[in-house]
Amino acid sequence: MSAIVRAKALRRLFDVSKPWLNRVVEREPKAFLTAVADVDFEIEEGSVYALVGESGSGKSTIGKMVVGLTGPTDGTIEIDGIVITGNDQKAKIAEARTKLQMIFQDPYASLNPRWKVRDIIAEPAKLRGLEIKGLPERLLQKVGLSPEDADKYPHEFSGGQRQRICIARALSSEPKVIVCDEPTSALDVSVQSQVLNLMSDLQEQLGLTYLFISHDLTVVEHMADKIGVLYLGALVEEAPKETLFASPLHPYTRMLFDAAPKLDAFGREVDVPKGEIPDPINPPAGCSFHPRCPLATSKCKKTRPQMRLIGNTRVACHHV
Amino acid sequence: MVQPVLSIKSLVVEIPTRKGVLRPVDRVSYDIFPGEILGIVGESGAGKSMTGNAVIGLLERPAHIVSGDILLSGNPIHNLSASEFRKIRGKKIGMIFQDPLTSLNPLLTVGEQLVETIIEHLAVSKKQAQERAIAALEEVGIPAARERIGSYPHQFSGGMRQRVVIALALCAEPDLVIADEPTTALDVSVQAQIIALLKRLCRERGVGVMLVTHDMGVIAEAADRVAVMYAGRLAELGAVRDVLSDPKHPYTYGLMGSTPLASRGLKRLNQIPGSMPRLGALPEGCAFSPRCEFAQEVCKTGSSPFIANVDAQAACWFPLPHTKSRSSK
Amino acid sequence: MGAIFAPFLAPHDPFNPATLNLMNGFTGPMTPNQFTQDVFVLGTDDQGRDVLSTILFGMRISLFVGFSAVFLAMILGVILGLLAGYIGGWLDSVIMRVADVQLTFPSILVAMLIFGIAKGVTPAEFRDQVAIWVLILAIGLSDWVQFARVVRGATLVERQKEYVQAAQLIGRANIAVMLKHILPNVLNPVLVIATISLALAIIAEATLSFLGVGAPPTKPSLGTLIRIGQEYMFSGEWWILFFPAITLLALALSINLLGDWLRDALNPRLR
Repeated sequence: MSAIVRAKALRRLFDVSKPWLNRVVEREPKAFLTAVADVDFEIEEGSVYALVGESGSGKSTIGKMVVGLTGPTDGTIEIDGIVITGNDQKAKIAEARTKLQMIFQDPYASLNPRWKVRDIIAEPAKLRGLEIKGLPERLLQKVGLSPEDADKYPHEFSGGQRQRICIARALSSEPKVIVCDEPTSALDVSVQSQVLNLMSDLQEQLGLTYLFISHDLTVVEHMADKIGVLYLGALVEEAPKETLFASPLHPYTRMLFDAAPKLDAFGREVDVPKGEIPDPINPPAGCSFHPRCPLATSKCKKTRPQMRLIGNTRVACHHV
Repeated sequence: MVQPVLSIKSLVVEIPTRKGVLRPVDRVSYDIFPGEILGIVGESGAGKSMTGNAVIGLLERPAHIVSGDILLSGNPIHNLSASEFRKIRGKKIGMIFQDPLTSLNPLLTVGEQLVETIIEHLAVSKKQAQERAIAALEEVGIPAARERIGSYPHQFSGGMRQRVVIALALCAEPDLVIADEPTTALDVSVQAQIIALLKRLCRERGVGVMLVTHDMGVIAEAADRVAVMYAGRLAELGAVRDVLSDPKHPYTYGLMGSTPLASRGLKRLNQIPGSMPRLGALPEGCAFSPRCEFAQEVCKTGSSPFIANVDAQAACWFPLPHTKSRSSK
Repeated sequence: MGAIFAPFLAPHDPFNPATLNLMNGFTGPMTPNQFTQDVFVLGTDDQGRDVLSTILFGMRISLFVGFSAVFLAMILGVILGLLAGYIGGWLDSVIMRVADVQLTFPSILVAMLIFGIAKGVTPAEFRDQVAIWVLILAIGLSDWVQFARVVRGATLVERQKEYVQAAQLIGRANIAVMLKHILPNVLNPVLVIATISLALAIIAEATLSFLGVGAPPTKPSLGTLIRIGQEYMFSGEWWILFFPAITLLALALSINLLGDWLRDALNPRLR
């Protein structure tokens, strides 16, 4: 199998400076927030690659860069061997982009409330010039709704049903890769399982590739083939699912696993993790996890660890 | 027997609308004892927050209590006037909300807010209140509390802010704390810290905690007993261990089964078909019957089961047998 | 309603000199004229025109000017607001600074300025004909700011929503995203403001006409009528002023009520 998505040295800065005048008056330099720092990963065609991380880890920014909603400051993204982040060969890039789709987190904000479901679903296909007659009805059936729902408006549906409509819309342009940005975190547990099952079924039937973004380890464990763990914009560990859950190497990954609530841990007294995620505008020097890390040494405070391959796992830590 | 801190008896809350009367809380009863965390779990719209709001007298019009009793340490509070409620809110009942940023006043320092609350509810001097405020911040694990007491809420991080909210909820030494999704807005690592803190304070202070959440994992870790709500009604009530590992109500069973954790290793997640009915379109009989794989005729047509009338842990006419016998099925 | 059907409702045609009788001048309401014994419900003015009829026709002109001016302001404001909110950057700054500057002047002043310029450049013989159009232009141009501000604000909110991103990522052109996705979702507040602006525009028109820079006496609007009536206020013919003024008040009030109702009706939470 070959990689369908390939991200190289991906970096994204956000300008968080004060307005120009304030800056001049207060003699402050421009301030930048590093949302994504030198992230490399590859996604095999037909697999599910998950990015996990807490808030500020840059996982959503990566997702947006992959579908082209925002450009990287540095680095490249290839889809099916075509670099989509450059400026040359616009037609080719546009062609590669049609292979991408996205499912969003908030099913209440991701459907235009003034449009009928039929038009919402047909829009991506129409833009690609695909045949749209009967398409919305077919897709609605595919995602477990009824064809009659095509003439309704989004507000007539519950959260889970809306997310099904979003999935139908994503499928209508016949994409190969779907970026799923926290697709179930706004849903209730019983609905979440329905949507996750639907997504698994569709992936199998249509041979889709998912880039699955989530903060929920249990969801990721169920969905993913390969998992990348992000901390403060950098990939700290990447491994196939089984390897990662059996033997997490990076201290941050371990901390995440320990902190996650467990259903069978009645009255468990957890080893409470230390500290909180630092300010991403002024991240700690060296390894950004060192202030919270039980293994940290003086080396961690000075040099930033590089990704190393240990067995099946790529990990960025001096001490494994 | 110890007197419960909070005792809710057959509480009914109704909302009159143009299309008819809705019952977001329907004949709900439970007790919370001192030093105990009662988890209230359910999906959105199940009525879990509404129950909490009824207890603190913050039901938004036109929702109102129709019948039932709410007893705080044995004293009825469901028929208090707004001004009487204001006196017990903060003093007898502390509150912790989902978003720490909106429950703190951004224009006052953390210290000012604590001192104000302490002076209002306890007979102490300003100086003593100041000392108590610092002690309260230290107790919830804010480092350098004496220096940070002059900081404004926005100068704290999300987790620290939620700690301040907890300190604020506890500083007047209430008997009951209502925590409505206290960790939902927080990251996993911080969530673990806050849960541990809540558990410790609850035990040390002997306060009763009503922990409202949709997260089964949080319930499992934090609560002593759990009340599962469905469509405004109590589906199941019991010790956490019993309810979660050996659910009697098919809804709890389905809910537990549909978490990715419970289906570990399975290709597909177990799922409950359909979704929770809207309050305006509740089915006859048991509200869960249309989605229930065990439903029988009486569930769909008969009167709805309540814990009071089926006299069991679960509000179900056919409570599930023990897990072991079920798994051999 | 009365204004729309004025030609059918009005008991007399006030602008047809053939039916006018100067003898009927200054007839009081509901009293027979001392010379001709004709009865006019609300009396007549100095030239014997029936006040009720002039009011009905005046309302037509007032409403026409009001509607057109608000429509112009709305189109202009919505386009500029959408651009400012969606494109952002320097375009946003320029549009909103212009709006801020204009907001510091009273809109009636801006309207008078525009009116004055227009009057200067049009030849005298067309003045009466174009007066109404100039009026519309003047009020419309002075009123776009609030539309632009509201639309810009709403656009900023909508632009962040995921359905807009969903449209962007499939390669929809900006103009299509703006018109097909965002515009329908920012129209609610626009319609509400439009009704409120309508009342204001009618009053602005009346003010301009009252000041003598608006609708000509040959095509009197409510404001013109009030100006004419005001000359007779202290000489006993109170009805010439009183009835148009009351009508203006009632008109503005009812449009405001309509706006309130519209706001409630469009609010999905109250439905």
